[in-house]
Amino acid sequence: MTTTNGSNEAIPTLQLLDPLGNRVTTRGTKGYRDRAAALTAEDLRGMYRDMVLTRRFDEEATSLQRQGELALYAPARGQEAAQVGSAYALRPQDFVFPSYREHGVLQVRGVDPVDRLRFFRGSDHGGWDPNEHNANVYTVVIGAHTLHAAGYAMGVQRDGTPHDKHDGTAVITYFGDGATSQGDVNESMVFAAVNDAPVVFFLQNNQWAISEPTAKQSKTPLYQRGAAFGMPSLRVDGNDVLAVYAATQEALERARMGEGPSFIEAFTYRMGAHTTTDDPTRYRTTEQDEEWRRRDPIDRLAALLRAEGELDEDFEAQVKEAEAELGAHLRSGVRALDGGVPVSTFDDVYATPHGVVAAERAWYEAYEAGDPPTPQYAIADTAQGGAR
Amino acid sequence: MTTMAERTHTTSGAPDPASGTTTLSLSKAVNEGLRAAMRRDDKVMLMGEDIGPLGGVFRVTDGLQAEFGEQRVVDTPLAESGIVGTAIGLAMRGYRPVCEIQFDGFVFPAFNQITTQLAKIHNRTRGAVSMPVVIRIPYGGGIGAVEHHSESPEALFAHTAGLRVVSPSNPQDAYTMIQEAIASPDPVLFFEPKGRYWAKGAVDLGTPVASATLNAAKVVRTGTDVTLVAYGPSVETALKTADALAAEGRSAEVLDLRAISPIDTAAVVASVRKTGRCVVIHEAPVFFGAGAEIAARVTEECFYALEAPVLRVGGFHTPYPVAKHEHEYLPSVDRVLDAVDRAFAH
Repeated sequence: MTTTNGSNEAIPTLQLLDPLGNRVTTRGTKGYRDRAAALTAEDLRGMYRDMVLTRRFDEEATSLQRQGELALYAPARGQEAAQVGSAYALRPQDFVFPSYREHGVLQVRGVDPVDRLRFFRGSDHGGWDPNEHNANVYTVVIGAHTLHAAGYAMGVQRDGTPHDKHDGTAVITYFGDGATSQGDVNESMVFAAVNDAPVVFFLQNNQWAISEPTAKQSKTPLYQRGAAFGMPSLRVDGNDVLAVYAATQEALERARMGEGPSFIEAFTYRMGAHTTTDDPTRYRTTEQDEEWRRRDPIDRLAALLRAEGELDEDFEAQVKEAEAELGAHLRSGVRALDGGVPVSTFDDVYATPHGVVAAERAWYEAYEAGDPPTPQYAIADTAQGGAR
Repeated sequence: MTTMAERTHTTSGAPDPASGTTTLSLSKAVNEGLRAAMRRDDKVMLMGEDIGPLGGVFRVTDGLQAEFGEQRVVDTPLAESGIVGTAIGLAMRGYRPVCEIQFDGFVFPAFNQITTQLAKIHNRTRGAVSMPVVIRIPYGGGIGAVEHHSESPEALFAHTAGLRVVSPSNPQDAYTMIQEAIASPDPVLFFEPKGRYWAKGAVDLGTPVASATLNAAKVVRTGTDVTLVAYGPSVETALKTADALAAEGRSAEVLDLRAISPIDTAAVVASVRKTGRCVVIHEAPVFFGAGAEIAARVTEECFYALEAPVLRVGGFHTPYPVAKHEHEYLPSVDRVLDAVDRAFAH
């Protein structure tokens, strides 16, 4: 149950699948092994497929950015097991608060891949209806959304939802090692803990907050943070999809049963750049990259499937076909995004009419039509909100 | 001249059975407004520090936890960002949280959640999610308080699209506007003039809740020679100034803005076109304050009706002073009279 964190300091870490793809049977992990054992071959193949598609999504999005079709992209490469494994433990009624790198979670959640790139194309600040997928849109201010998750979970408590490990409702929020230094993340754990709110704090420690290593964020292993706030806290091998799944399922069930929040640190590695504007060669070594390439989460699950006879040619062909479809869908879909219904800068600023926005919209539309009224802020902003 | 009988009417505290009105302090009027909103909609909940058994440091939530329970009147951890951030999540789940920030100067730990999240989520989700969150902030000075307890940060929020920023000046408006703010699907920063918390006035507890009061300025005194524009605690200063001007034979119109986002420009313009002079009063610093926005709008729209430049009276570009010097900082009747004199001198 122990691996190293790269600094040779032994930190207890749950691992059910070693880097070579062998199932691990360490003492004290039977509960987790039973959860992983309950996954059918079809489940494992589904996880593999979604992990491969998440990586393909990364590659396609990065290419689209290089071609000028996206303004920016934040790759998830290396974190596929942490994301797909945890998302597989979710039930439809659960609610997800991602940061902006959880492409694998949203893949499992069924958010259209093109919609997931609206934000990065610069055609939307969000991209989908959070209530349609029970998954919020991306939040860019680091850690701000963890408070929304805690509050949402407080709402779940007030709704009187059943306390049941299947039919209860849990909330999960994803954040990174850098975010653990944010006040909001710490406040969210205070609020969740004192309220026994049904929320799982899922930390993906990918070891890099842009250029700053985890040592710049913490003197102690990060999983201990959760325990300090009074919640069950566990560190898992984030490149081991079985351990991630089992630990997340346990934490989500605890939440659904009304037993309060949990904290999971998935220890992983950001194999790519922070975003397409980043240059990791300025701050980390190729040796470290190489070491983690040998611990690739997809290779690890592939090795397990191969060993268990589940990765046959037919299935591999199906995955390849799904990848090709995803690529084609993204390449055509992203380029077509601008051809949709025209939306205005002035839409949805407020839910009810606001005089200033109404006046500025009216002025701008007249200006665009070549007939600008003067003064600029013509008094459309009347008492009742200025709709005219 | 006010007679004793008239005074008695506004301070009796007894309901008037004929009109359905009662006399309440501004703080009690907010309390009754919260109570009415909570009785009307069980999704309305209150969150804040010391708002439960204590009833808030100003007793604005007095008795509400006893009536509605700990799930709806929540004594939160001492963390303002946490209060607003969790209120956002509760709103996403269908609740209508009303957050109390204990004092104006303590809103800044929540500034990020208010400006980058609360204000933007409706827009970010293209209208799929609305944010019916009210943030109540006792603000303003004149109470002899220590640092961070007397400030007027409203302009910082008015400068952020997506937020509504309002401030009642009297008990009746406080009672009505808090209910309208809670009913609004948009986030509302509700600035309560703490220096006026104990001022009493008639309140009709049967006032229907619409949205009109929240967005509409009100002429609280008609006049012909100069328009005094104010909101929150400064309305009382404007009215007193108008009294003094009347004694000098000058007729001032007093406009209570009620909201600075949106600003009821039409009401201001209508008044200034009539009077030809405009003085804006607020406790917040004049520099980049609401008065600057009003002056610009009035100048654009009433240029040929103006007899003088729009003048502003308010706080200085200094930290809010120590209590012993706050009388120098706050817009007094004397300073407003000086501004009116300057307007007439043009």
